[in-house]
Amino acid sequence: MRYKQIISAAFLLTGVAAMSFAGPPKPAGGSVSGKVTYEGTPAKQKPIDMSKEPSCAKQYTTPPTTETVVTGPGNSLADVVVYISAGAPDEPPPSQAVTFDQKGCRYTPHVLAFQTNQELKVVNDDQTSHNIHPLAKINHEWNKSQPPGTPPLSEKFAQAEFIPVKCNVHPWMHGNFAVLKNSHYAVSSREDGSFTLPNLPAGKYTVTAWHESYGTQTQDVTISGSETKSVNFVFKAKPY
Amino acid sequence: MSLMKITKLAVALLAVCPLAVSAQQPQSEQGSAQPATQPAPAQQAPPAEKAAVTPNRNAPMESHIGKYTGHSAAGKQLYYRYCWGCHGFRGDGNGENGPYLNILPRNFVAATFKCRSTPTGTLPLDQDLYNSLVRGLNNSNMPSWITLTSQNRADLIAFIKTFSPRWQTEKAGDPINVPAEPALTLQSIKHGQELFQKLECWKCHGQEGRGDGPSASTLTDSNDQPIRPYNFAAGSRFKCGVTNSDLYKIFLTGVDGTPMPSFGDVVKPEEAWDLVHYLRTLQVNKKSPELTLWMSTSEGAAIVSAQKITGTPTGSGIKQ
Repeated sequence: MRYKQIISAAFLLTGVAAMSFAGPPKPAGGSVSGKVTYEGTPAKQKPIDMSKEPSCAKQYTTPPTTETVVTGPGNSLADVVVYISAGAPDEPPPSQAVTFDQKGCRYTPHVLAFQTNQELKVVNDDQTSHNIHPLAKINHEWNKSQPPGTPPLSEKFAQAEFIPVKCNVHPWMHGNFAVLKNSHYAVSSREDGSFTLPNLPAGKYTVTAWHESYGTQTQDVTISGSETKSVNFVFKAKPY
Repeated sequence: MSLMKITKLAVALLAVCPLAVSAQQPQSEQGSAQPATQPAPAQQAPPAEKAAVTPNRNAPMESHIGKYTGHSAAGKQLYYRYCWGCHGFRGDGNGENGPYLNILPRNFVAATFKCRSTPTGTLPLDQDLYNSLVRGLNNSNMPSWITLTSQNRADLIAFIKTFSPRWQTEKAGDPINVPAEPALTLQSIKHGQELFQKLECWKCHGQEGRGDGPSASTLTDSNDQPIRPYNFAAGSRFKCGVTNSDLYKIFLTGVDGTPMPSFGDVVKPEEAWDLVHYLRTLQVNKKSPELTLWMSTSEGAAIVSAQKITGTPTGSGIKQ
């Protein structure tokens, strides 16, 4: 359990580090930061039965659960993509790739945000074949097999879109790609639901928060100078 | 059982019956290019600067199939006579008969096509679409349109390309290279057998290729409808053709819109032919040079006879 926490913390750190390097260097601007929380009772996550895939099942002492709603302490809501949906110009993709890992028949991270045309590396760290099937509607739907020990797939998406991803061989595997037009985005953390959108020059923006089960919310902010504006989102949780 | 057969027959008849369609289209000869209920934007030309950005839904399209050149204006007449009952007025697969069909009609707006000679995620060649029209899609309600002329079919392909702007903004994918088929050897079949294990084809298709692997009962297509993997033992035609090179293309390009992925990045061209040879031996009820050679060995004969005995060729052994 502790091991898993360290791993996810490491992922988070690398994620934050990658983000601050992403995009062309800009004059120091303001930022938007805050927390995502929920009200009400979120759906109880069900344990996943991996008995059909012993090589994955044996990696867990207690069965992992589904991740359609991931919560943290203090009613915090994780895996919410927070991004600037209006006010910021579209940006060319950063040269760094993002990585989507298949490990223990689950996707890490569960929600992966990146920019249009940015390189996406899909890695299979399991001893079984997976097929990566992004169910894109605006981008092109594709479906590729990745047996164990094959090199990472390198892909990109040209259009902004939230894309559910699944593996048909292991029907419990379910993740999300958030393809965004600019570099001002963050995924709320699994520790406390916090997020920071960096490098925002002074101006008027629309901040959108997207959750795979609870939909989207928007708020308008105006940033003057290099201030950090606080924006919080509260989602209504449904118990079913 | 017989009731089910009758229902199936009725659905199949509905799917191909042009009667209902022509009854609702009495004016099609006079009405020329525009059917009466065409949505509004047809008449009002969009502002010039917008037209440059948004692909024009009414721009004429062409298809090129061998010596035939298809024209969408001619295809339109045919589409609203033969196709829209299932594929829908707007080509989105929501035709009157659509909801009753198992394996929903193709949505031409999404432009995701099953049978391609081009890599997964890319547009198919005109020829690929034409071939699907000629043979129909086996194990679905899409019939063969061999009764139409070649020119008719070319025109229809041109017209269905007007439904998605993708046909105006991008080219079809580059067809995958299919090297000449090497001579059939026992070694090739055996190597194919290893690949079948290594690539875990059996997870869905089952160890004997009966479409009853451990993941088979959970599969859904991109319309969230249940779908079954191909049952080799039943020996029916593949959805995307009958020849060895069709089979080669099926697993190297994937069947888009279904759980069948592309193995194009993970199988080398020479290995792919070995897999083709092995897959033929799984069609235990269909004569082929591969099956004959396989059965000439004691090992192969034992496997095939065991597969025949335990056979449930309809694949009905799947627990749903």
